Amino acid sequence: MNRRAWRKLVNRLAIGASVAAMAFGLAWLLSILWNVISLGVGELGWALFTQMTPAPGSQGGLANAIFGSALMVGVATLLGTPIGILAGIYLAEYGARSWLANVTRFVNDMLLSAPSIVIGLFVYAVMVATVGNFSGWAGIVALTLLMLPVVIRTTENMLLLVPNSLREAAIALGAPRWRVITSVTLRAARAGVITGVLLAVARISGETAPLLFTSLSNQFWSTDLNAPMANLPVTIFKFAMSPYEDWQRLAWAGVFLITMGVLVLNILARTLFKDELKR
Amino acid sequence: MNMNMNPNILVAAGIDPARAVPPHAAGTAGTPALSLRNFNFYYGKFHAIKNVSMDIQEKRVTAFIGPSGCGKSTLLRALNRMYDLYPDQRAEGELLFHGGNLLDRHVDLLDLRARIGMVFQKPTPFPMSIYDNIAFGVRMHENLTRAEMDERVEWALSKAALWNEVKDILTRNGASLSGGQQQRLCIARGIAVKPEVLLLDEPTSALDPISTAKIEELVSELKHEFTIAIVTHNMQQAARVSDFTAYMYLGELMEFGVTSQIFLKPARKETEDYITGRFG
Repeated sequence: MNRRAWRKLVNRLAIGASVAAMAFGLAWLLSILWNVISLGVGELGWALFTQMTPAPGSQGGLANAIFGSALMVGVATLLGTPIGILAGIYLAEYGARSWLANVTRFVNDMLLSAPSIVIGLFVYAVMVATVGNFSGWAGIVALTLLMLPVVIRTTENMLLLVPNSLREAAIALGAPRWRVITSVTLRAARAGVITGVLLAVARISGETAPLLFTSLSNQFWSTDLNAPMANLPVTIFKFAMSPYEDWQRLAWAGVFLITMGVLVLNILARTLFKDELKR
Repeated sequence: MNMNMNPNILVAAGIDPARAVPPHAAGTAGTPALSLRNFNFYYGKFHAIKNVSMDIQEKRVTAFIGPSGCGKSTLLRALNRMYDLYPDQRAEGELLFHGGNLLDRHVDLLDLRARIGMVFQKPTPFPMSIYDNIAFGVRMHENLTRAEMDERVEWALSKAALWNEVKDILTRNGASLSGGQQQRLCIARGIAVKPEVLLLDEPTSALDPISTAKIEELVSELKHEFTIAIVTHNMQQAARVSDFTAYMYLGELMEFGVTSQIFLKPARKETEDYITGRFG
């Protein structure tokens, strides 16, 4: 076999192997989606959004769990986004190579890869064990802690992608540092930063372990953040593990809702700033 | 033989040897806008600029030429203290501006940069509208009414020979302009603040010949109102636009004088070798 034919063969093999690997991953993903949709979509209905989680054998929906999830994820996002973006700005623009920034970066990377159950147990020890009851606030804190490192990391990375020449140009006009950051660098990195936040929200909206130890769950409608609060992941966990068929069906409906929510967030992140991300 | 070559270079560069020494630029007459005295610059331990002393004349164009790494950009960037952004860079000596030493640590850098503006090698439009690109710097230093700001934006864009091209698309993003337009936008942004000195760091090296010609015309136009210091790799450009030329090599100021003099009768062999393209 001459060299050219050999090279072509190797090329084909390499392409074939990577396509096969891609197909392998995609097949699982599609089968998960298919399962979720086929099992969950049948349960969709008005009752799902208006009725409370039922006792086994009776009619019900997921209203309290949907509300609890939305509230806790929402408040966690409101808390985590500004703190995360500010910390990311510190790391990229002010801290740079200082020891404080390096330590922060190291700790943040640890948090980023920490198992979520560790965060859940930590918040349990600090906020649940001391007070004596599970609460929505504890759940919010756990979700915020999970979200923070993602937002910090993406904000820093996106700001570092902004060319230094843009910073220098703004500084050369006599603009103070904070103005350069808010009007120029952060604006240039806007698409990436918001995408990071959306992906962080997608991540925490499916987390179960940290909520299991913090907000636990609640059979009833509750808006009291000082009391245990229902939420989708823990309800799914409880219902899916139960022997009752109606509970299992509701669990599938919950899985469907979370999956669609995450899917929408991902699509949003990708389409919202499509043009800006390309540049 | 060498001496005979020089007039040809001048002609090639568009300079008429007959008016090689413009009366206004003769000798050291005129007022210096900026004066360097025993100026030294360091990148960490590396001594990048060695003991430079020179005057940059008011409302004249001073060009800095020399091979890559000779320190000409470093010197230019020191004039508005851009190096302050980087902790391992420092300058020593004196940089006199209106009687004060700009290297003094108490100098208000925001005010300094409003008075000594800078345009960089690559066009750097901010991620905002064309209008806001111009207004951004002005808002840092002045409180203008909407009408005054409109007027200032038009003034700056006209000065930069860009107004006619963008007057109908002021709300469009600055990045949507072509490279040459972007660079003129950056020049307009710089002059909108009304600085006394404008530093141009190889402003045309990323541009096509037509855009380059426009910017050179602009420089000749702007020197009636601003003091201009320009770093360039292009010797013809230095010959075309500048009144004074400084030739730098390995961090030292080798020769400095009236441009036509430097190009026609350089005092040093090294300068002549560089200008005639025998080196560098």
